[in-house]
Amino acid sequence: MCSMKVVVCVKQIPDPAGNLRLDQASHNLVREGKLILDESDSYGVEMGLQLAEQAGGGEVTLVSMAPNSETSGLRTALAMGAANAILVSDPALGGTDALGTAKILAAAIKRAEPDLILAATESSDGYTGTVPVQVAELLGLPSVTFSKKVTVAGDKVIVERQTELGYDEVEVGLPALVTVTAGVVEPRYPSFKGIMAAKSKPVEELSVADLGLDTSEVGTAGSRQQVVSVVPAEARSAGEIVTDDGEGFQHILAYLERIKVI
Amino acid sequence: MTLNVIWVVVDRTGDKVATVSLELLSKARQLATTVEAVTWGDPSQIAEVVGAHGAQTMHSVGDLGGGLPGPAVGAAIADQVRSGSSPDAIFIPQTYNGRDIAGRLSARLDRPVLTNIVDVEESGSGLITEHAIFGGTEVLRASFTAAGPGLFVIRAKSFAAEPGTDGAATTDNWNVPDLASTGAAKIISSHVEESEGPKLDEAPVVVSGGRGLGDAASYQLIENVAKLLKGAAGASRAIVDAGWVPYSHQVGQTGKTVKPTVYIACGISGATQHMVGMKNSKNIIAINKDQEAPIFSIADLGIVGDVKKVLPQLIEALEKRN
Ligand SMILES: Cc1cc2nc3c(=O)[nH]c(=O)nc-3n(C[C@H](O)[C@H](O)[C@H](O)COP(=O)(O)OP(=O)(O)OC[C@H]3O[C@@H](n4cnc5c(N)ncnc54)[C@H](O)[C@@H]3O)c2cc1C
Ligand SMILES: Nc1ncnc2c1ncn2[C@@H]1O[C@H](COP(=O)(O)O)[C@@H](O)[C@H]1O
Repeated sequence: MCSMKVVVCVKQIPDPAGNLRLDQASHNLVREGKLILDESDSYGVEMGLQLAEQAGGGEVTLVSMAPNSETSGLRTALAMGAANAILVSDPALGGTDALGTAKILAAAIKRAEPDLILAATESSDGYTGTVPVQVAELLGLPSVTFSKKVTVAGDKVIVERQTELGYDEVEVGLPALVTVTAGVVEPRYPSFKGIMAAKSKPVEELSVADLGLDTSEVGTAGSRQQVVSVVPAEARSAGEIVTDDGEGFQHILAYLERIKVI
Repeated sequence: MTLNVIWVVVDRTGDKVATVSLELLSKARQLATTVEAVTWGDPSQIAEVVGAHGAQTMHSVGDLGGGLPGPAVGAAIADQVRSGSSPDAIFIPQTYNGRDIAGRLSARLDRPVLTNIVDVEESGSGLITEHAIFGGTEVLRASFTAAGPGLFVIRAKSFAAEPGTDGAATTDNWNVPDLASTGAAKIISSHVEESEGPKLDEAPVVVSGGRGLGDAASYQLIENVAKLLKGAAGASRAIVDAGWVPYSHQVGQTGKTVKPTVYIACGISGATQHMVGMKNSKNIIAINKDQEAPIFSIADLGIVGDVKKVLPQLIEALEKRN
């Protein structure tokens, strides 16, 4: 393949280092303030850029669904080198579940006509881990999940897919969807030039209606599951803490003896 | 029992059934009058163990011809549901293949799916699920709101696998509809990463290392302690991502869930995603040089110290005892 069009799904999420919390009434994750590029997706962005380079040309288009026309996370990925982005943002999308998200992403991805779609195996905030495969099914495409290595060979990709015992080598013709695990590649840091260039890269913003979807399929209306309650877990209380003064290992030995492990 | 029929997806590698599937079968047996298993490949190889754990019947979609289980199993189940033989619930193990099957099935049936389930309980005519969120500090309970079978994707170690005295499950075959290009991915070779000693998710003792080890070579300390205690060696994601150890060692949200008699965390901070995978261990021992490390909040014994000092001393003492 001499030119490859890659779509990378990128989720923009509240900073995990901040205080994550659920809204008291809706039980949805509070997504106010600036969102950032999910670190899990930075691997997909890097992988997409590398594969487009290896294919000898092509470009990376980002696809994201996020509230309030959020683009901060997209700008980070554009600064890494993605060419452009499609953002779906619509007040009707609050409370959308995994399948609803997949419907939105699938419709947006279709517009880009990609050869390859990349996503993370799971997002850092929702971690349902089902959105990418749902997208593949909705688009009628094959998928390979949990990949730790991806190589392009002509109009196919060869993927090393994690298994319980090691990995399988899986071959799939394009177009296809592949999910990548963390650590597969080393995401590049955006350069100063990249950051400046990202400011003027095109971000196409679409509403649910623009995608030809009905708002009843998405948002809280389309989500056929509900949170019943959120309660503190039974806390596991801390035990004995000792500072090692050269004899710390003795405490471990004594403990292991007490529970009859040794 | 509130439910009539539960289908349980049985994930397998050849004649080896994934333990989590046996856990789900055992739970399904408590909840429903009829439990049926769905698998792929030759069903007769595993009919006995699947029957003993509660399934009266096992349906197989047959040989996958090198294809991945997701599309074939997802499509076959969807066809059965649509043709009217719908169960009340479908239990799917949260494994690599299980998640693929759930995603495919959900989109085909246009049904939502709940994942990361750690418990289910009966409520009225349906089921309520439990999910550990924010690293297990809070429990979220959820349910489906529309008609049709719920798709429940359940984490390993949520229930005990309890074989009964029932005989082998009777087996039959389910048709796979034309998958068109959704079934186009083919496995061309399988690679097994050898590991010594007991399996991580079954070992009574798990010794895990994290970034606090400082470098890849120091992971040897973890392996030595694990070996001396006849246990398995685990890892945090930080050192898996760094390439120090293979992914198969990872404990946590995206790795294995372990529930050993004792878990020894060495140089691991105790990030929420790590704790989800080990906080139900019977005993937890942690060694960390930072006394503020979150792992200490769940440790039964915490040693504030340097792993590079404590572990060699522990190894020496254990060697002397042997
Ligand atoms: C979607 C998602 C999924 C994830 N899934 C997982 C998962 O499955 N499993 C997982 O583990 N993580 C997972 N993580 C990553 C997790 O958030 C943490 O980054 C990771 O667990 C940190 O690993 P660590 O404790 O080894 O490293 P660090 O957090 O860097 O901690 C190192 C610790 O070592 C201590 N230390 C340093 N030197 C010494 C010394 N000489 N002696 C003793 N102690 C020392 C430090 O005080 C520190 O507490 C996930 C993250 C995301 C976003
Ligand atoms: N709102 C979204 N926008 C873009 N990509 C998404 C979105 N939600 C999920 N994804 C993609 O699907 C992956 C898995 O998400 P999840 O199924 O929520 O764990 C994410 O890491 C993204 O690559």
